[in-house]
Amino acid sequence: MSDSTAKQPEPVAPSRLRKVWESDFVYSFRHAPVAVVAASMVTLMVLSALFAPLIAPHNPFDPATLNLMNGFTPPMEPNAFTGEVFLLGTDDQGRDVFSTILYGMRISLFVGFAAVTLAMVLGVTLGLLAGYIGGWTETIIMRIADMQLTFPAILVAMLIFGIAKGITPPEYRNDMAIWVLILAIGLSDWVQFARVVRGATMVEKNREYVQAARLIGRRPVSIMVRHILPNVLNPVLVIATISLALAIIAEATLSFLGVGAPPTQPSLGTLIRIGQGFLFSGEWWILFFPACTLLVLALSVNLLGDWLRDALNPRLK
Amino acid sequence: MLAYIIRRVAQSVLVLLVVGLVAFSMFRFVGDPVDNMLGQERTQADIERLRVELGLDQPFPVQYGKFLGQAVQGNFGLSYRQGRPVADILLERAPATLELAAVSGLMAMIGGIGLGVFTAIRRRGLGANIVMTSSLVGVSLPTFLIGILLIYVFSVELNWLPSFGRGEVVRLGGWTTGFLTESGLKALILPSITLGLYQMTLIMRLVRTEMLEVLRQDYIRFARARGLRERSVNFRHALKNTMVPVITVTGLQLGSIIAFAIITETVFQWPGVGLLFINAIQFVDIPVMAAYLMLISVMFVAINLIVDLLYFAIDPRLRLDRGTGAKA
Amino acid sequence: MNTAVLSVRDLVVEIPTRNGVLRPVDQVSYDIAPGEILGVVGESGAGKSMTGNAVIGLLDPPARITGGEIHVSGQRIDNLPREALRRLRGRKIGMIFQDPLTSLNPLLTVGEQLTETIREHLDVSESEALNRAVAALDEVGIPAARQRIGSYPFEFSGGMRQRVVIALALCAEPELVIADEPTTALDVSVQAQIVALLKRLCRDRGVAVMLVTHDMGVIAEAADRVAVMYAGRLAEIGPVRDVVSHPTHPYTAGLMASTPLASLGHNRLRQIPGAMPRLEALPDGCAFHPRCAYAEDTCRAEPGPSIETCGGRAACWFPLSHDEQEGAA
Repeated sequence: MSDSTAKQPEPVAPSRLRKVWESDFVYSFRHAPVAVVAASMVTLMVLSALFAPLIAPHNPFDPATLNLMNGFTPPMEPNAFTGEVFLLGTDDQGRDVFSTILYGMRISLFVGFAAVTLAMVLGVTLGLLAGYIGGWTETIIMRIADMQLTFPAILVAMLIFGIAKGITPPEYRNDMAIWVLILAIGLSDWVQFARVVRGATMVEKNREYVQAARLIGRRPVSIMVRHILPNVLNPVLVIATISLALAIIAEATLSFLGVGAPPTQPSLGTLIRIGQGFLFSGEWWILFFPACTLLVLALSVNLLGDWLRDALNPRLK
Repeated sequence: MLAYIIRRVAQSVLVLLVVGLVAFSMFRFVGDPVDNMLGQERTQADIERLRVELGLDQPFPVQYGKFLGQAVQGNFGLSYRQGRPVADILLERAPATLELAAVSGLMAMIGGIGLGVFTAIRRRGLGANIVMTSSLVGVSLPTFLIGILLIYVFSVELNWLPSFGRGEVVRLGGWTTGFLTESGLKALILPSITLGLYQMTLIMRLVRTEMLEVLRQDYIRFARARGLRERSVNFRHALKNTMVPVITVTGLQLGSIIAFAIITETVFQWPGVGLLFINAIQFVDIPVMAAYLMLISVMFVAINLIVDLLYFAIDPRLRLDRGTGAKA
Repeated sequence: MNTAVLSVRDLVVEIPTRNGVLRPVDQVSYDIAPGEILGVVGESGAGKSMTGNAVIGLLDPPARITGGEIHVSGQRIDNLPREALRRLRGRKIGMIFQDPLTSLNPLLTVGEQLTETIREHLDVSESEALNRAVAALDEVGIPAARQRIGSYPFEFSGGMRQRVVIALALCAEPELVIADEPTTALDVSVQAQIVALLKRLCRDRGVAVMLVTHDMGVIAEAADRVAVMYAGRLAEIGPVRDVVSHPTHPYTAGLMASTPLASLGHNRLRQIPGAMPRLEALPDGCAFHPRCAYAEDTCRAEPGPSIETCGGRAACWFPLSHDEQEGAA
C-alpha cells in the first residue's frame, strides 16, 4: 500500500491514505476483532489456494509422485514402509492430505467466486432492467424470481446440474462438471441481487439528478451504469459476501452428494465424500482435515459478511 | 376473503403449470426419450413406432397437455434406470421421507420458537449470547458435516445409534412406518437432528429478530406502563405479534425440509425420495427427476397456500379487511 | 408540600455514551397536588418525556436515574426494586402515550387489554373486571361500551382509540397520570375533546396529571401550572396564567412570543434566534445564553440560580421584570 502511494508524486496521496484509514468504515473494521480475524483467515486461505502449486509439498494429480505404499499414513508419523512423514497424513492412494486440501480449496474457492460473479452480473443486470424499464419486463423478471424463490436454492442448483448433465455428451461430463457446477450455483442465486437492485433502482429512478440526466438526453444504459449502479453497490457487496459463503457451502454439498466436482478434480466437498468412507475404519484424518478447512472457510466468510452488513448498511438487517 | 382464496389458488395453479412445463421440457429435450427407452438392438421401424406411441410426432402444446393429463393421474412414465413406473417407486419411498421431515419439522419449530423467544427476552444474558454464537456456527456448518459429526460421535465412538437406514419398519397398508419399532425410532434420531438443526437455527434467529422488533413497539411500552407482568408482556403481548412473520418463514422452512432431506438421506443412506432424486441426477434418470420436481412443487405450493390462509386465523385485521374487500 | 401526589427533587437522568455522559434531565424539581394538572413544555429533546419516563420507571437503558428523589404519595419510588416498581405502574401511576394508533396491541380486543390490566392490579373476579372495563370505556365517552368491548383496536377511529388508551391508563385507578403528548398525533378537532376529557377525569377523580406537550395551546387550555424545560433543566415553573402573561425567564418569554395564542393578545409572532443546543454540545453556564438577548458573562459561567417569582420559580441571573417582557428576545 505504501508502495503505491510512494509512486504518486502528489502531496495529497498520504493524507488521502490517512483519510481512508480514519474513515468510519475502516474504523469499525479495526474495532471489530471478529471481522479482523475472519478477514485474515479468508485472505490466508485465498492466498494459499492461489499459490497451492508452490506451497503444496506434493502434486496430488501427478501419478508419478504417488506411491501406493504411502497409503493411510497417519499425520506426523513416519510411514511403516517408506518412512516418509506427512503433515496431515495420506489417503488410501498415498496422496498427501495437506496437498489435496490446498488443491481442493482452490476448486472450492474458484467455483464459489465464479458462481457469485455469475449470480451478481445476472442479478444486477436483471434488477436494473426490471427497476428502470418497468412494465412487462419487470413483471416477467420478478415473477420468475418469485417462482424460483419458492424453491430452496440448493434444489434449483441440483436440478440445473442434472439438466446440464443430461445435455452434455457423456464423454465431456467430467471435464465440464466444474463449469456446470458454477452455472448451477450461479443461476440458483441471482434472485437476491435482482430484488435489492430493482428496489434501489426504482427509488433512484425518480431522483432529480436522474431526471436531469434523462432530460439532457443521456441514453438509458449510460444512466443505469453511471448514475444508478453506484448507488446500489453497498448492498450488492454485502449480498455478494454472504452469497459467497452460501455458494461455497452449496458447492461442497453438491460435491459431497456426488453431483458436483468429480473425483478427478476434487473440491473440499469431494474430499469429504471420499473421507466419509474411512469414518468407520479409523483413518479419521482423511475426513477430519478437509471438513475443518471447509468449516473455517465458510465460517470466516459468513462472519465477514455479517460484519459487512452491519457496517455498510444497518437497515439491511 | 373468498375472492382472495380464489386468487391465491389460481396463482398456485399457474406456478404448477410452469413447473410442469419445465418438467416436460426436461423429459422431452434432455436426452432422447426414444434412445433411452429402446435397447441397443433397434430398427428404424421401432423408433418410429415408439415416437408415435409416445406422441412425439404431435405438436408441442398437445404433447404438453397429454403430459399434464398423465401427471395428474400420477403417471410419470418409466424410470430409465429401474424400468419400473416412477409413481410406484416414489410411493414406495415417500413414507420414509415424510416421517423424517415431520419429526425434524416439529423439532425445528418447537426448538426454534422456544430458543428465539429466550434469546430475545434475555438479550444481554450469558445463555442467550452462547446460543446466538453457536447458532452462527450452526448456520455456517453445512448440513452434511453435522450429519457426519453425529455419526462419528454416536455411531462410531459411542456406538449408541445406527448410522444408516431406517431400522425395522412396520407395513400399514400402503405405508411403511418406523415409528412402531425400537430400531426404527433409534434410526430416526440422528437423521432428524441433522435435518432439523439448520432449520431450527433459522427459525430461532428469525423469531429473535422479530421479537426484538415487537418489543420496541409502543404497545409493549404501554403494556409495561400498565404494570403487566413480564411474562404477560413477553408471551401474551409480544409473542402473538411476532407470529405473523414467523409463520411465513416457518412454513416455507418446513417446505425446504423436504428438499434438504436429499442431503440428510444421502448421509444416512435413508431410503426416501431424496436419495432417489440424487441417484436419478447421477444417472440422468429424467422421468424420476421430472416426477420429483412435480411432486415437491405441489407440496411447496400447498404449504405456501396454507401459510397464507393461516394469517386469517391470527390477525383479526386481515379477517375484516379482506372480508369487506371481497364484498366490494 | 407533603400532600403532593408526585414530588420530584433534583432529578438527574444520565446516558453514558462513547463520547462522555449526557444529561437529558438535570436537577429538575417539582410537585403535583391531587386534582392538579401540571403542564410540562419545551422543544423536542428538552427532557420532557425523559422526565415522565423516569417517574414511571421506564427509562430505556443505558439511560438511568443518577441523582435526586421521586416520591409518589409520600413513598419514595426511584430506588424501588423492579418488581415493586412494576406493581406501582398502572396501579398508582398511569401513563398515556402519544400515538393511539400504535399504543394498543393490534391482536387483542380492547376488553382483553382492559380486563387484563384490571385483574393484574385489583383483586376482582373475571366478570367484575369485565363490568369495570365497560364502565371505564363508558367513562371516557365510548358509545355503546358494552357492545364495543369485544372489538379490536383497528375497529376504532384515532380519537376513539385515544379514549381507549386513557381508559386503560385509568382502569386500575391510579393517583397520578403521566400524559406524554396525548394530543399530538390527533386531528385538531379531536384534540379539544381529549383535553376536555382529561380535565374532567382529573377533576372527578382527583387524579394528579403530568401533561407533557410542546403545544402551549393545550397547556393554556388544560393545565393549572406549567413547567418550562430547556436543555434538560427547568427554566421556569408557575401558575399558567402568571407564566403566560408575566414570563420571568427570557426563554419562557421567547416561547410565549412565538406561540399563536388568542388569549395572549399578540399580533405578531416572534421567533427565538438559533436552536436548542444538542446534549452532546451544551454550553457552559446557562444553556440558553447563546440565544438570550440579556446574556452577560455571569450567564456564560454559571447556570442561573433559582429565584422566586410570583407563584413559582425561575432559573435566571437576569429575570425579566414586569414591564420589560414585551420586548423580550
